[in-house]
Amino acid sequence: MKHSEAAEKFISDNERTNWHDKALWFVRAKRDIAIKQVAEWEELRALASQIKAHVMSNLDVLLEQFEANAIKNGIHVHWAKDAEEHNNHVLNILKEHRVKSLVKSKSMLTEECHLNPFLEKNGIEVIDTDLGERIIQFRNEPPSHIVLPAIHLTKEEVGETFHTHLGIEKGISDPKILTDIARAHLREKFLSADAAMTGVNFGIADTGGFVVCTNEGNTDMGVHLSQVHIASMGIEKIIPRQEDLGVFTRLLARSATGQPVTTYTSHYLTAQSGQVIHLIIVDNGRSKQLGRADYVKSLFCIRCGACMNTCPVYRRSGGYSYSYGIPGPIGSILAPGANPKEHSSMPFASTLCGSCTDVCPVKIDIHQQLYSWRQDLTEDKKTSSSKRLIMKMMGIVLAYPKLYRFSGITARWFLGFSPRFLIYNKLNLWGKQRELPSVPTESFRDWYSKNRRANL
Amino acid sequence: MSRESILAQIRKSKPELVGLPILPECHIVEGDLTEQFKKTLLLVGGQAIEISEGDIELHIKKMFGYLKLTACNDGTLNFSNIDTCSIDDPRELRDIDLAVLRCRFGVAENGAVWLTDSDLSHRALPFITQHCVLIIPKNGMVWNMHEAYQRIKQENYNGFGVFISGPSKTADIEQSLVIGAHGPKSLTVFLTT
Repeated sequence: MKHSEAAEKFISDNERTNWHDKALWFVRAKRDIAIKQVAEWEELRALASQIKAHVMSNLDVLLEQFEANAIKNGIHVHWAKDAEEHNNHVLNILKEHRVKSLVKSKSMLTEECHLNPFLEKNGIEVIDTDLGERIIQFRNEPPSHIVLPAIHLTKEEVGETFHTHLGIEKGISDPKILTDIARAHLREKFLSADAAMTGVNFGIADTGGFVVCTNEGNTDMGVHLSQVHIASMGIEKIIPRQEDLGVFTRLLARSATGQPVTTYTSHYLTAQSGQVIHLIIVDNGRSKQLGRADYVKSLFCIRCGACMNTCPVYRRSGGYSYSYGIPGPIGSILAPGANPKEHSSMPFASTLCGSCTDVCPVKIDIHQQLYSWRQDLTEDKKTSSSKRLIMKMMGIVLAYPKLYRFSGITARWFLGFSPRFLIYNKLNLWGKQRELPSVPTESFRDWYSKNRRANL
Repeated sequence: MSRESILAQIRKSKPELVGLPILPECHIVEGDLTEQFKKTLLLVGGQAIEISEGDIELHIKKMFGYLKLTACNDGTLNFSNIDTCSIDDPRELRDIDLAVLRCRFGVAENGAVWLTDSDLSHRALPFITQHCVLIIPKNGMVWNMHEAYQRIKQENYNGFGVFISGPSKTADIEQSLVIGAHGPKSLTVFLTT
């Protein structure tokens, strides 16, 4: 579905739109306070961006180094070219270890691969353990934000969900009580799971270890109580040196939620005794994006979500208005790379205000890429035919000064004298929910030649 | 094989080589590390207490005397009533109320404490316990994460290492901060002199 159509559904509830907008702006404001505590913030962003630029330019070498060191650490390394191969690896590992029940911590990559429905179809019980993810799993919904997966729900709706799925009393909406209920419920799941699955925030080439950042502690509860740890990592998550974490851990949580660091920054080098670690390195289109000079920087992303929290379009249209699993500005530059036809409307869901670029901790030129995608998608005829026709007509009008002047005169006459129903109708999207500005009596050109040219 | 085809595609697409920047060793800081650590830990829901070595036992009894099952990684402190080293299955740690752990060092800028496998009988311990006390020497504090990773590089760690900054928390329900998500409901750091 087009972004504008899906967004229309979301904004039909005015109160919810305003509430959603404020909730996200609150997170953005917390980020602003946090970064002001760090005098060298801009220097850190530049460093992070340079490290990531190096990573992309040397990715094959770093991946091989990472793999060799991980194997030395006793980690079983697998490679997957696409989602299907990734999911099959996971299923085979689970079968090999006779796993029936899997606890999962947050991983946008497994969302991208649609792992949960695949495993469930194959008879595995999958429990999402991040509180927000558990809530939306109960509701059979995808995450609407990459850091705050249930940001679209009110506490009353969460209470209702727990009433339905955990059998609690009706009408409970206190976040503290609801969290305690989830804690007790998920503790039992941690204690009875056979395997744990996690994402990877950073894979470290020179140690062969990997780092996962969380606040709730669900990743470590799952991993350390299980016999099998499966971690999925996109190829772009590699960093060259362990000390590079000094830069990224200082940027990530401050950008994401305004915390000085995530509560837990866990470094996994080897498995604990009696346990095995399997790590799956996933491409799924990333190596192609690496070759697109205009878009390669989209692979720098460390998934902090700051671009969503600041985006005036995301805040007012919600995560579900975007057709791709990762919503918001960063999703809108990743999605067309994954499937240009299906996600062609996403780069247009932006005012190109550039706020996303300003807050990005790794300096991705997000709004510039949104603008480039618009051109590329239109050129490749991936956008809708009506949009292309309008662009073509505008192009002709703007190319011929006389035609442009004539169109101006016609438009001023039409807008000035036509009855309301001719202007405010389905054809005029700009007249939806807003009044057009009053029509000037003359063009700037006319005004200029009368008032200035004579005086020069 | 996918490995070869992925690497081949990367070699074909990757941009021209860009150099790796030199990292700062540590940014200059003005101010008191201990005060910064205490202030930051409070902000993330924990608390730091300056204490002399000899007072640790008494203080823990005063603060957590009401709790039943306490584990500790330091045999010289006399209040542990469960020997976690004799437990094989980490799931048996489920009833632990308090874990008292001597750790390596703290980071002033974010209130984090670094601990590794050699501080832990079980990796699950600092997560599964209901309350957690971490003990670090007041003098060994570093200012920021750059300095922390320099130190980790020197000291090395074998299997698992974690920075813990405050008690476990979530804001997944309407952005309301709730302390005690899946891990400890409280986290206290003793800064010993």
